[in-house]
Amino acid sequence: MSDERLVGIVLVSHSAEVAASVAALAKALSGGGTEVPVAPAGGTEGGGFGTSAELISAAAASVDRGAGVALLTDLGSAVLTVKALLAEGDELPENSRLVDAPFVEGAVAAVVTAATGADLEAVEAAAVEAYSYRKV
Amino acid sequence: MLDADFFRRWMTATAALVDREAERLTALDSPIGDADHGTNLQRGFTAVTAALEEEKPDTPGAVLTLAGRRLISTVGGASGPLYGTLLRRTGKALGDAAEVSAEQLAEALRTGVDAVRTLGGAAPGDKTMIDALVPAVDALGDSFAAARDAADEGARATTPLQARKGRASYLGERSIGHQDPGATSSALVMAALAEAAGE
Repeated sequence: MSDERLVGIVLVSHSAEVAASVAALAKALSGGGTEVPVAPAGGTEGGGFGTSAELISAAAASVDRGAGVALLTDLGSAVLTVKALLAEGDELPENSRLVDAPFVEGAVAAVVTAATGADLEAVEAAAVEAYSYRKV
Repeated sequence: MLDADFFRRWMTATAALVDREAERLTALDSPIGDADHGTNLQRGFTAVTAALEEEKPDTPGAVLTLAGRRLISTVGGASGPLYGTLLRRTGKALGDAAEVSAEQLAEALRTGVDAVRTLGGAAPGDKTMIDALVPAVDALGDSFAAARDAADEGARATTPLQARKGRASYLGERSIGHQDPGATSSALVMAALAEAAGE
């Protein structure tokens, strides 16, 4: 189903390494076949720890295939910056959404679900559902 | 009436105050935060003054909207989206009038503060910038100087509070006894407003 438009996923972390690693992990766990558009937006533009609105906007634009973009964040300024960008109106692709999910588990759930060709609602639901996955 | 020049002076004065107090803001952010509040805001307001010079917005609303956007894209910490939202929403509330009254500014600033509360989820007493901004906006009906003093008093009053938002909240009771850096920088923003008004 190569002509199917997939939901894009953006992973926003205070750390460039964390964002990139979680993106790689989620892609690896989603298996072969469909290539889900996933982009990390980690750290500041200068390479330090923090959040960059520019990196987030660029990442979201790069994964937008017209089926919506799910943004997952770690904490603090990552959450606030995405919310502020969503409120701005024109900084993120249409149909972008901040998904309330645990960062690593939510990213894996989101990418695996997006790989099936699921819509944004389903991708979001799968990521949110990751909160209820108990380990003990 | 307050024109675009007044709002430019407000932003320039804020940048100067943040420059002067950057070390103190970062020092306040060391025991209960991640020791970057001063440098983050310095970077943000330096970018704001540069953008204002370059783009020369010609209405009060355009000055604040541009300032807010620059803060969101340059600060790199939570204060970016928070102060960015404050200024942008205030600017949007002012519309495209060439001049606004002090009353209109007070009303618009209240809209901005409400947007910050929605974004961060903080209420008065949570030991955040809200503790300086809410009393300042309440006092703005009297005078700019009254707003400055109310913000300063509000910032000082955060010292005995336990943080309930942001990174400081992880410290629980250990956050008590430190003045909140965000409330402190909010008091600087209000001091700069009084300065711009010549009060």
